[in-house]
Amino acid sequence: MTSSPAPAARLARPLIELREVEKYYGDYYALRKITTDIREGEFFSLLGPSGCGKTTLLRCIAGFEEISGGHLSIDGKDMEDVPANKRPTNMVFQSYAIFPHLTVEENVGFGLRRDPSSKEDKARRVAEALEMVGLKGFGKRAAHALSGGQRQRVALARALILKPRVLLLDEPLSALDKKMREQMQSELRKLQRQVGITFILVTHDQEEALIMSDRIAVMFEGEIAQLDSPERLYRRPISRKVAEFIGIMNFLPARVLSTGPQIALDVAGLGQIAIDAEQCPGTPRTGDASVGFRPETMTVLYEGDPEPSRGKVAQGTVEEVVYFGDMSYYEVRLEGVEKPVQISMRNVVGRPVLLRGSRTRIAWEAGALVLFCEPKA
Amino acid sequence: MRGRGFQIYAICYLIFLYAPIALLPIFAFNNSTVISFPLSGFTTQWFSQLWTDTSLLLAVKHSLIVAVSVSILATCFGVFAARATTRYAFPMKQGLMGMIMLPLVLPDIIIAVSLLVVLMQMGASLSILTVILGHTLIATPFTIAILNSAFQSLDKSLEEAAIDLGETPASTFRLIILPLVMPGIISSLLIAFSISLDEYIIAAFLSGTEATLPVYIFAQFRFPNKVPVIMALGTILVCLSITLLTIAEYFRRRGIAKAGGKDTGGFL
Repeated sequence: MTSSPAPAARLARPLIELREVEKYYGDYYALRKITTDIREGEFFSLLGPSGCGKTTLLRCIAGFEEISGGHLSIDGKDMEDVPANKRPTNMVFQSYAIFPHLTVEENVGFGLRRDPSSKEDKARRVAEALEMVGLKGFGKRAAHALSGGQRQRVALARALILKPRVLLLDEPLSALDKKMREQMQSELRKLQRQVGITFILVTHDQEEALIMSDRIAVMFEGEIAQLDSPERLYRRPISRKVAEFIGIMNFLPARVLSTGPQIALDVAGLGQIAIDAEQCPGTPRTGDASVGFRPETMTVLYEGDPEPSRGKVAQGTVEEVVYFGDMSYYEVRLEGVEKPVQISMRNVVGRPVLLRGSRTRIAWEAGALVLFCEPKA
Repeated sequence: MRGRGFQIYAICYLIFLYAPIALLPIFAFNNSTVISFPLSGFTTQWFSQLWTDTSLLLAVKHSLIVAVSVSILATCFGVFAARATTRYAFPMKQGLMGMIMLPLVLPDIIIAVSLLVVLMQMGASLSILTVILGHTLIATPFTIAILNSAFQSLDKSLEEAAIDLGETPASTFRLIILPLVMPGIISSLLIAFSISLDEYIIAAFLSGTEATLPVYIFAQFRFPNKVPVIMALGTILVCLSITLLTIAEYFRRRGIAKAGGKDTGGFL
């Protein structure tokens, strides 16, 4: 940590390399051959339902769990024989793990016990760390008397004071109420940019992952299903499972007629259309498939509205309307499709919300569709 | 008038519980060797006799050595067992714990007889050392029960956090675990101490010539003129117990307040 390379170079270098990392308990596989790189200085999230192995992977990186197979290296150094207390990682625990018998100051300075620097230097660093997380002047308080949000901040300061190469966060916001959580999300993001340390966040909250991360690894059953930027993950999910886990996606049964740079499709309710090969994140092949789209990529047209210049139009009936103030959520039954599709639209002054039962046209941009050629789930 | 019956019941219960103990100081200061009313006069001679009775002082010394050793030994074993059961999984855990806890329900007389047989077979001579062994055996299940709950309430991530911040498992135990389970350890020491101090059966079988206090007291009842001295001794012991318990409770409450936990029981 003597000299830091240029930001661009720092971003490019993998800080953590995982090569076929496995973890099993008896014949239960918690992690299956995970191979991936985590880059220096990025905010990386492990997202998945409970039991998908995301916390296990985090604990393997921290050194609290031994990996059963494969290799794990941090900063080019293999971690196999490095115990948790010697790894360049620090962790913020789900329960915060604030030492209840110590003061805020003693908690934050705990990691400096083995530091050879002077008492004054340590006190200064503790004060700096407390200021960084917005707890200036709280040093002398008893740790157990703090609120949830304050404990969270103490845990952050305690982990960051050692200037780790990687900060590991195990569902750090799950115990906070909604308002506090939203505030901490943006604060954490700012803090990460400010200190430039690699953050690895474990969460089951897709919204949280989308808001905070540079890259997200979506995990199911011990495997990384997709590793992408939040936008790619949302726009081009690799499978129906990923698509369903992140936000809402409508699916329509479809048939692939021909493949190539343009894929010809027959989609129930939308008719015969062509899409770019880029819109199929998997391998396109002819036969039964399904097409997905996000609720906000379709528009409900009013009577007299011109049809969009690019894109297409389909016929449908409004089955349900939910008014949310700034937004309206429609359930529209397309002709020839049993299950209604969900469409969300921003409300505009002068355009009243459509009534239930009204016939309507819906318009979409061709680029909004995603083709899933996987066998039907 | 609802609840009047319960009030009377509670008062009767307390009288039944404490009246015999209240008799101790009354007869300890009574100027007569006969334990009966009416009282004949005030004296402190029984207390001064205590200090000159060398065999009694020796029994007190034996009992203190035994009780202190037992409380430390049983608490150490209790810490090991509680730590093992609350943190680690190992084969036969349930069965092993059941066997360790068994002396809790086993009649003391059975333990005493079997220990005596084994010690005789081994050719060991009876002394306070053998009493310490026997008392540790019966006190350990109690200390495990107390310490288990203390260790169970520890959040595992506290340990992991300390290790994550660079501490070794040993220093983590010293800096984090020990301070947080200290109230449990103090309770455990006290319980083991008091179990050992008033235990009679095992001590009677295993003490040989080195009688502990209960064994000595029981033997003294054969001599009626010794009874008032025993009353004086009992008075001192009651005062000592109350003082000890008060101190322990003070530390326990202070520990809980410091750790921010909720007070769930205790002695007082």
